[in-house]
Amino acid sequence: MIQTAPSSGRINTNLHLTAFDVFERSTAESSPHWLQAIRKAGISHFAELGFPTLKDEEWRYTNVAPIAKLPFRTRVEDRLSPDLIEAHGFGLDCYRLVFSNGSFLPALSNIALQGTETTQEGGIIGTLSAALSTAAKHNSPTNDAVFLLPALRKHLGRQARANENAFVALNTAFVYDAAVIVLPGQVKLTKPIHILHFTSSPKEPITTFPRTLIVAGPESEAKVIEHYVGFEAEEYFSSAVTEIDLEGGARIEHCKLQEESAAAFHIATIQAHQAARSHLLSHSISIGAKLARNNINGVLDGSGIECTLNGLYLAKGDQLVDHHTALEHAKPHCNSHEFYHGILNDRATGVFNGKIFVRPDAQKTDAKQTNRNLLLSDDATVNTKPQLEIFADDVRCTHGATVGQLEEEAIFYLRARGIGLDNARRMLVHAFAADIVNRITIDEVREKLDQQLFDLFEK
Amino acid sequence: MLEIRNLHAEIEGKKILKGIDLTINAGEVHAIMGPNGTGKSTLAQVLVGREEYAITEGQILFQGKDLLELDPEERAREGVFLAFQYPVEIPGVNSTYFLKAALNEVRKHKGLTELDAMEFLILIKEKMKILELDESLLKRPVNEGFSGGEKKRNEIFQMAVLEPKLAILDETDSGLDIDALRIVASGVNKLKRPDNAQLLITHYQRLLNYIVPDFVHVLYNGRIIKSGDKSLALELEERGYDWLIEEQSALTR
Repeated sequence: MIQTAPSSGRINTNLHLTAFDVFERSTAESSPHWLQAIRKAGISHFAELGFPTLKDEEWRYTNVAPIAKLPFRTRVEDRLSPDLIEAHGFGLDCYRLVFSNGSFLPALSNIALQGTETTQEGGIIGTLSAALSTAAKHNSPTNDAVFLLPALRKHLGRQARANENAFVALNTAFVYDAAVIVLPGQVKLTKPIHILHFTSSPKEPITTFPRTLIVAGPESEAKVIEHYVGFEAEEYFSSAVTEIDLEGGARIEHCKLQEESAAAFHIATIQAHQAARSHLLSHSISIGAKLARNNINGVLDGSGIECTLNGLYLAKGDQLVDHHTALEHAKPHCNSHEFYHGILNDRATGVFNGKIFVRPDAQKTDAKQTNRNLLLSDDATVNTKPQLEIFADDVRCTHGATVGQLEEEAIFYLRARGIGLDNARRMLVHAFAADIVNRITIDEVREKLDQQLFDLFEK
Repeated sequence: MLEIRNLHAEIEGKKILKGIDLTINAGEVHAIMGPNGTGKSTLAQVLVGREEYAITEGQILFQGKDLLELDPEERAREGVFLAFQYPVEIPGVNSTYFLKAALNEVRKHKGLTELDAMEFLILIKEKMKILELDESLLKRPVNEGFSGGEKKRNEIFQMAVLEPKLAILDETDSGLDIDALRIVASGVNKLKRPDNAQLLITHYQRLLNYIVPDFVHVLYNGRIIKSGDKSLALELEERGYDWLIEEQSALTR
């Protein structure tokens, strides 16, 4: 067991370190050596880093101390039903992977029952657990598993930086199952993939570590929805990590939809690596959780890359929602666009921190960042900060942040046409949100979300 | 229909309207003219319930109801309509959605059933012809990216859909070229009926060549200093406002 001396100001991590020992023992038999090594490296980084505190520049507005105090339990029974899946399924014709408290549920998913499937276009979709268990059947490992395992071994933990972020480290240490999508070169999936994570903690708070790996080969294409849902008012901690590797010319649309319970903690990192001419379109829609933190990081590591990060965060009551984006322009002729909108009501807090690094090589970079915030109450706050570090001279980098209220002129115009005050405000708030939601290209998701937001503002 | 009695209004302590008396009956077209800064637009804003203006004295009755007691949206539902001098761009709010919501508010208030999407589309197609508006405008957010002329035409188009009893046109002619002015004016004329009324607010006589008023009033320094028929507008076009203002100050001296 790894011990750390409790220094002043550090949050005690012994609970997690001890839990790792138990976890390691219980999974030793079923896990290959390479996976155990990844976990071990994860826990060492975590032990070294410890939980961040408000003194860390990266975490100055987001206090994670309450998370560290939660009892650390990782796995409990699920209580999902097909109806519940349908209610959160957008009526979407898709490949669906359903996880409950971190474990894959083949019966409620929409891929082959063994938990891995090769699509008609040749993409492979599956889970870490299924890949491991089918590969273990020595007499007849399936083709999917034969394909997935080397990909997992090569890519799992490769992009995400367990050495820099305690929560990435913790997730890596406790990685138990994962959604895995591997697209060989030229493979273009026609149906989207819906990864649905339910967390349920009716009695005691639990902790889950959702993990997603997307490996997009040259010129491949897919749309992925990563979706987090909880049960009302249940307290738990969902700590997610997603790695996306886009090879030359690959196109990925990634839509993260966070609808955790209002008492939940949600901390997630998306780490993308882009090769030349690849396109990443990312949406982060954050609606639920008491405390939500999203790190969305991309490295633009080739020329002719497009990277678009869209975000919408809604917070009310005492919710805190924090987005930290970091884009590294490493090579010339790449474009990045960030559009983040926040709507904050009651005593809610919003945080947006957008970093853009432009390396000396990255001439002709075009980076644009916009963060707009709507404060619907006098007690709501937002902390917004662009952070540009530019080391090339021939670049175009713009950023803009606004914090404001609804426009009185627009409200009056609507009222002057007979639309009541409440309705007029609602229309304008909805329009502000729709500006981001409309960028989602999966019709069913966009339409359902738009309706959901409209109903939400109706309340 | 509309009766304004001794209306006084101020903004931030500055007196703008200093005793307006004006009666408009159904079927009439009135024009209010006057130099800039005399209170023409203030009168329009007060009529539709802009809250920045404080009413310090006087009364406005609309079809027997005390208009000053009503919120802006209630006035609109009662049938008061303002074609804005500067229509507001509302990003993200779709034009069709907005107009359908507005029309259904008015219809609900009148005790009529709300129109569904299909019925509404049929109605607006017909009304668009009056203003020679391009249908693609309705797919865009309200007024967003519209040219100056398109915005003004869109105001009259909304008027055609909402069918108000009293339409107030605030400088609708400003910024319009002659072709656009003709289209707007002909639209307004087509909307004229025995049971509605129009109040045109304009700086220039030009508009009145196309929309012929029954009455012309000159507003100066917060009061109506002269009323007449359409020939007054022509006289103003020829002689300007100065003679009237001098005449007025001679009277009050």
